[in-house]
Amino acid sequence: MAKTEIDEATVRRIAHLARVKVTAEEATSLQRELNGILSWVEELNAIPTDGVEPLTSVGGAKLHMREDAVTDGNKPAAVLKNAPKSEDGFFLVPKVIE
Amino acid sequence: MSNTMSLNELTLSEARDKLRAKEITATELTEACLSAIEAGNDALKAYLVVTADKALEQAKRSDERLAKTSKDARALEGIPLGIKDLFCTDGIRTTAGSHILGNFEPPYESTVTQNLWDAGAVMLGKLNMDEFAMGSSTETSYYGQTVNPWRAKGSTENLVPGGSSGGSSSAVAAGLCMAATASDTGGSIRQPAAFTGTVGIKPTYGRCSRYGMVAFASSLDQAGPITRSIKDAALMLQAMASYDLKDSTSVDRPLPDLEKALTQKFKGLRIGVPKEYRVDGMSKEIEALWEKGIDIYRQAGAEIVDISLPHTHAALPAYYIVAPAEASSNLARYDGVRYGLRENGRDIVDMYEETRSHGFGAEVKRRILIGTYVLSAGYYDAYYLKAQKVRSLIKRDFDDAFETVDVVLTPTTPTPAFGLGSKKDADPVEMYLNDIFTVTVNMAGLPGLSVPGGLSAEGLPLGLQLIGKPFDEATVLRAGQVIEDAVGRMPIPDAWWAGAASKPAGKAKKKVEAADAPEKKAKRKK
Repeated sequence: MAKTEIDEATVRRIAHLARVKVTAEEATSLQRELNGILSWVEELNAIPTDGVEPLTSVGGAKLHMREDAVTDGNKPAAVLKNAPKSEDGFFLVPKVIE
Repeated sequence: MSNTMSLNELTLSEARDKLRAKEITATELTEACLSAIEAGNDALKAYLVVTADKALEQAKRSDERLAKTSKDARALEGIPLGIKDLFCTDGIRTTAGSHILGNFEPPYESTVTQNLWDAGAVMLGKLNMDEFAMGSSTETSYYGQTVNPWRAKGSTENLVPGGSSGGSSSAVAAGLCMAATASDTGGSIRQPAAFTGTVGIKPTYGRCSRYGMVAFASSLDQAGPITRSIKDAALMLQAMASYDLKDSTSVDRPLPDLEKALTQKFKGLRIGVPKEYRVDGMSKEIEALWEKGIDIYRQAGAEIVDISLPHTHAALPAYYIVAPAEASSNLARYDGVRYGLRENGRDIVDMYEETRSHGFGAEVKRRILIGTYVLSAGYYDAYYLKAQKVRSLIKRDFDDAFETVDVVLTPTTPTPAFGLGSKKDADPVEMYLNDIFTVTVNMAGLPGLSVPGGLSAEGLPLGLQLIGKPFDEATVLRAGQVIEDAVGRMPIPDAWWAGAASKPAGKAKKKVEAADAPEKKAKRKK
């Protein structure tokens, strides 16, 4: 991986991608901490991995198949029980389309 | 030698035997635990929620079964347990230590807890943890800091109970439950067990269903128990594990009778000692502990084999790419729409950002940002793919080692428990180093156990770790039993935590003879 130093603008861009609002003060300390972590993980560069397959499943288990049938559902009250705002069986969010 | 102890201080297996012999009732046992919680939780802050009414109701039903023939008693009939707050419990607040889950009351039960209730267990309440299991000290919880019942000799400084399962380890070590559920993504069962003189096992990935567990890093998360003895860990894991269609990574493989496995022949077992775990700056004390473990096995007739796990040093940095990447994806669901906290915003994106900014703590935000960065366009191959390749090499190291050994022996942690708040200003990476010996096991999906190996010079517990072949929890536990037999179980420390709080009045605590408790127990009361 490339030797990277992330700047404050990058911190803000990532924060926005992650939908987390950060204050100017947070952005400064996050920049320092993220750079600390990224420079620490750079030691992986020294490990040759040519021809090594990435490990995607530790168990090596095959995903099990089941009949393609409805097994649960039809409980809108339970689904909406914890919603901060709901109305008429729907989740309520701020207006999305002008 | 004999002395008296409260019912809540028995091991789970002792309590089970006394329940079946009708020497005690489930209601008495549950009341003893509830009294201990009432007396100790103000100081220890292990429980976030205590479900006393539910516990007494379940205990009553267990007593009805226990009163009939022994056939009616299920495996954990009448045993009161604490539940880590990342297992969803139907109708009972579940927060994973985060503000963002707020007053979330799951409308369903996790498979692991359902298995425990089906086995007859009694629920005492929900236990504190690092926010979303991200931490090694339980200090990142939004709901306050849990305290370790252990203190250094002659000191009154409060120590951390480890993390992320610090509520579980503290409650088990102090006798505020008979055993607890926990979960382990990079060491969150084994490190807190080591810090509190308790036993903790993370089973093979896929043994326990993840259904209804609040997700952190899905390819690493596994549930397991924290207990006061190896036998208790065997009994708990037996009940928790199952093949579950609700978790596509759950594995359909029979679990042998783990309690029976503890009495099987041990002689001739091959114990691997990996040279790469002798890390720079390892304290003399930890080195001596490890040597003691090796010696115990040699005496017990095991064969000690020097092995090499060459990619050990790469496990922690690779973990801190893989785990945050998976976390950033898993935690995308907390958007203020379907459950938990919502903060208002100008528009929907602003609402998301305000909600997540107020709802997540500093460590969680840090990991979400790292995860988002390493998965972002242009960086995926350099970080995430590279880390997953290194993960293959770590797994291959273990595959090779298990050609010549049955179990690997290492220390669990590089240090004993540290002071509450003592790492407040530390670099995040310094806190991550707590996981240096445990994280390899999650990366390779293997079973790992921490068993008390002795005390530090300051009188604090230290843990030894045993790592096994995939799905060979039986051998790991059998090997753990050898250490426990040689070292003895850790006593419950002097109850300094019960002093400040008011003792429940009028309830005479039932005492029992505990002739079979380890010798150390007698020295408990100074």
